[in-house]
Amino acid sequence: MWEKNPVLLLVLATAAILVGTIITMVLPFTWVNTEADRIESVTPYTALQQEGRDVYIREGCNNCHTQTVRPLVAEVIRYGDYSKSGEFVYDRPFLWGSKRTGPDLARLGGKYPDEWHYKHMESPRAMVPKTNMPDYGWLSANKLDPQMIKRKMDVLGFPYSGEEIKALEEKNEMDAIIAYMQKLGSDIPWREAAATTLVGELKNPYSGVSHSDMEPWEDLYLENCAACHGEHFEGDIGPELDGAGLEENDLFEIIYNGVPDGGMPPYSSLGADKVWKLVNFIKYYNQGEDHQ
Amino acid sequence: MEKTEYNYDIVRSFVNWSILWGVVAVLVGVIVSFQMVEPGLNFPPYLTFGRLRPIHTNAGIYGWGVGVIFATFLYIVQRLCKTRLWSDGLAKFQLWFFNATIVASALTLLLGFTTSKEYHEMEWPIDVMVVILWVAFAINIIMTIIKRREEHMYISLWYMMASLIGVAILYLTNSAAMPVSLFKSYSAYAGTNDANVHWWFGHNAVAMALTAPPLAMFYYFLPKSTGVPIFSHRLSIIAFWSLIFMYLWTGAHHLLWTPVPDWIQTLAMAFSVMLIAPSWGSVFNGYLSMNGQWHQMRENYLVKFLILGITFYGLQTLQGPMQAVRSFSAFIHYTDWVPAHIHMGTMGWVSMISFASIYYLIPRVYGRKLYSIPLANMQFWLILVGQLIWSFSLWIAGVLQAGMWNAMNPDGSLTYTFMETMVEMYPYWWIRAVGGLIYFAGIIVFIYNLVMTVREGEPVFIKAAAEGRA
Repeated sequence: MWEKNPVLLLVLATAAILVGTIITMVLPFTWVNTEADRIESVTPYTALQQEGRDVYIREGCNNCHTQTVRPLVAEVIRYGDYSKSGEFVYDRPFLWGSKRTGPDLARLGGKYPDEWHYKHMESPRAMVPKTNMPDYGWLSANKLDPQMIKRKMDVLGFPYSGEEIKALEEKNEMDAIIAYMQKLGSDIPWREAAATTLVGELKNPYSGVSHSDMEPWEDLYLENCAACHGEHFEGDIGPELDGAGLEENDLFEIIYNGVPDGGMPPYSSLGADKVWKLVNFIKYYNQGEDHQ
Repeated sequence: MEKTEYNYDIVRSFVNWSILWGVVAVLVGVIVSFQMVEPGLNFPPYLTFGRLRPIHTNAGIYGWGVGVIFATFLYIVQRLCKTRLWSDGLAKFQLWFFNATIVASALTLLLGFTTSKEYHEMEWPIDVMVVILWVAFAINIIMTIIKRREEHMYISLWYMMASLIGVAILYLTNSAAMPVSLFKSYSAYAGTNDANVHWWFGHNAVAMALTAPPLAMFYYFLPKSTGVPIFSHRLSIIAFWSLIFMYLWTGAHHLLWTPVPDWIQTLAMAFSVMLIAPSWGSVFNGYLSMNGQWHQMRENYLVKFLILGITFYGLQTLQGPMQAVRSFSAFIHYTDWVPAHIHMGTMGWVSMISFASIYYLIPRVYGRKLYSIPLANMQFWLILVGQLIWSFSLWIAGVLQAGMWNAMNPDGSLTYTFMETMVEMYPYWWIRAVGGLIYFAGIIVFIYNLVMTVREGEPVFIKAAAEGRA
């Protein structure tokens, strides 16, 4: 009788456990990461990027940041194009995460210039007020171990060159993790595909707004722009904002769509109304009699 | 029948060590909860949120959870089989190897040696240790069952055996890796495959380590505490087979809307909802066993812990399937709602049952009456209130966060930036931290009560008649 025979019970329990296991865990190997998933433009990590990925793993960044954008409206607007299976074929382990204490990073690559990342890692609150991200400036003090990284690349089977390994001697862990972050999600040309096309004629809805009416918009500027362009438009990572030099509509387009090659992220997710407020604030707040 | 000498020494040791690791788990949990509201409390490189959080989870699951499994299973198996443990030496080895594994895990995680896979962060040498540990444990349990002197195998033994097999299959499969050095390896699976294998592991670790074993304890300690048998043996058998069959299909509910193939997600969703049946089979079996015995909720503190524990299991297994539904997952996944769910299971269900089991064991393995029942009641209320504050604050926070993430303006733009949503979380994270502190206070009371029991408790001689009963 099976209910009195422990060995038989073990065999039957194993069988019960294996059915779902085989169907939902073993069989998918037949379809996942095959040719059907392949995306030509997705490349393995370079030695520096891979080492950065290992620093990301070591510091447990995945405890607060996810790396997968779901095909949901608000999510695609916030982070970018939804994630495709073929983008992860070189990821060992996967780093999709399970909790967004901080934002998703799957489409982080190319969003900000390197300089932004160095400053942000050094002192997150200097760039993003009120964030709870810990400081990681200490990574800059840690040199890389080129021989170890070479071994890692061999185990992973990723291509590398002698010069590439040699160049690592000059780099530190901060360089590595930023190189990794700049690679994230940038292997497919999603930004080009997602670039917003503005329909119709642009018209400033706040034309002729008074200085005092603009005062409440300062928070909007401080939250979104000040980290790179300075609290008083003086410029830092980004250029000084001499608003008078640009037409309203040009300024709108730059803020709305960003300047991908110039390191300026798009702010279309704020919506046209907030972008117009920023346009007016940047262009007119410092002008006229009310000049600060 | 000849009198059996049971090995209680080993049970005592495992009870003590598991409590120590439980304290570590909760203490680190409290620390990381404060790090979330005050980033200045991160002290790099070792004491940062990113490194401490895996220590919290692994100390909780493997130190406290598995430690209690070892303690209770080694006790239950002897009693249900009416025979001494198959090998005392092997059990002794298991005890010290267990502690060595936990210490090694904590140290290596502090040093940043991690695979990053949640609830399986330890690097490959520790995986090897875990496998040795589990095999030693499994052999001892199975051999004891084989040489048993009681014809029947009570349902608790079934859950124990399923857990032995299940954990072995899950852990081995998810451990597969390519080592680079002693402290670094890369997963044998890549990308989407790795994700699917990992959450098959992740969710079923919950099944095989944090569901089947507490059920084994519940089915044993509830009748022992109330003095009346379980309501239906048949119901427990039906629930057992359907539970272990259906659980393994559900891992991908952690991966809804990700690049994992849709059909796997759909199966996971369907089976997750179906799992309500076997889960509630056990819940009802527990409730119906209380027929005519509900007065014990007032008179018997053990029953209070056990019934609240199974109630949280019932709530957990309703909320879980709800989250596993695509539309709800789209809204709630990645928010603070999810840790609130997990902590109802761990602080409410698993730990309530564990505390009851330990309270039951202490007089029997130490031969002393519990020092203070009022203190046990006080602990009950502290951990109950602590856990409810913890979970409710983050449920509310999670819904708020999800709502803000999804809020859109009429022109199709987002209403809130990510930082605007994070700022809203701080008050709830503070409340959560306070909930954790209250829970921690409950554990201090628990330990004080146990220490005083061992030091000053009245000696107790458990009647021979009770000894003989399975």
